[in-house]
Amino acid sequence: MAKKTPNINSSSTADIAFLLLCYFLMTTTMGDKTGIQRTLPKIPESTQQKDIQINRRNLIQVKINSSDNVLLIAGEYATVPVPRKGDKIDDALITAKIKEWMANRGHSEQLPARELPDKPEEAKYPYEVLKGVVSLQNDRSTHYDTYITVQNAIVRAFNELRDEEAFARFGRHYDELTQDEADVINFIVPKTISEAEPKDKNKTK
Amino acid sequence: MARFSTSEKKETPGISSGSLSDIVFMLLFFFMVTTQMRESESKVKVTVPQATEVAKLERKDLTSYINIGAPTDKNLGTSTRLELNGDFKSVDDIRDFISTERNAISPEDRHLMTVAIKADKGVQMGIITDVKQELRRCNALKIMYQANKLTEE
Repeated sequence: MAKKTPNINSSSTADIAFLLLCYFLMTTTMGDKTGIQRTLPKIPESTQQKDIQINRRNLIQVKINSSDNVLLIAGEYATVPVPRKGDKIDDALITAKIKEWMANRGHSEQLPARELPDKPEEAKYPYEVLKGVVSLQNDRSTHYDTYITVQNAIVRAFNELRDEEAFARFGRHYDELTQDEADVINFIVPKTISEAEPKDKNKTK
Repeated sequence: MARFSTSEKKETPGISSGSLSDIVFMLLFFFMVTTQMRESESKVKVTVPQATEVAKLERKDLTSYINIGAPTDKNLGTSTRLELNGDFKSVDDIRDFISTERNAISPEDRHLMTVAIKADKGVQMGIITDVKQELRRCNALKIMYQANKLTEE
């Protein structure tokens, strides 16, 4: 005679369901907000000198015009219009050029200097600092996504320079450094991205 | 003849617990279908640009959002509008907005306050520049351009 197999007790399926639910509650994340972090410069006091003198060789200009075309200017050394790949700007070129100019591996007199800070005794670290400054200028009719692409390319150039410096100095990637080592790298390669003061439209408040 | 078994103890049959898990899943699906994400309340339509060098927002509680884009309601036109906390505002209202947000944060954390600029891709830089100038005047210097992480092929 066939033996009836006893039914599996199904009272624990509810427990399994609750456990699964709790697991997914703990592990799902609401869409993380990500973005490019920037720090704006303070408004200069009316008494302060408005234009800080930068040595011509240390300045690299990135200009975006109203038709979303980008031009890179490094003093008299080179002027590079950035071509478009279809609809998109060749941001890899922007990153590569900025890196090449900032790093100045060939120690050209026309490209940014790498020197000890002004007062070596008072400086945080006794290392040479990259003195290059990237100046970003855009027109009021430039589109935001072009601006973000260019910002991204510039930030990327700095991040890659920091990574290379980290490798040269500590033999590891920038992400793997301790906080103190990262501070040293941040000191040597500061993110000097300056954005032009917009032309005042004479706002009377 | 049918046998009637006189059962001395009358047991009520136990409730079958096999359907408990079904009830749980039904409840779950109900809530999945009916909850709405808060973002949809935004009055401007924003497609966030993409970038590779993005960092995660660290303190969501210390972040204020400025949304810039075309209105979701087509009747209001297609020109770019600024939205703060669900209402259309202008660049001059940013000052009050920042001071209210700042007062809501405890004094120790005030220097960590971040302003996230969530602007649509097609917005022109004119209004963004004005917003940034106003933020500089309010001394809200930590900003973040909201962008999605672009993964490279």
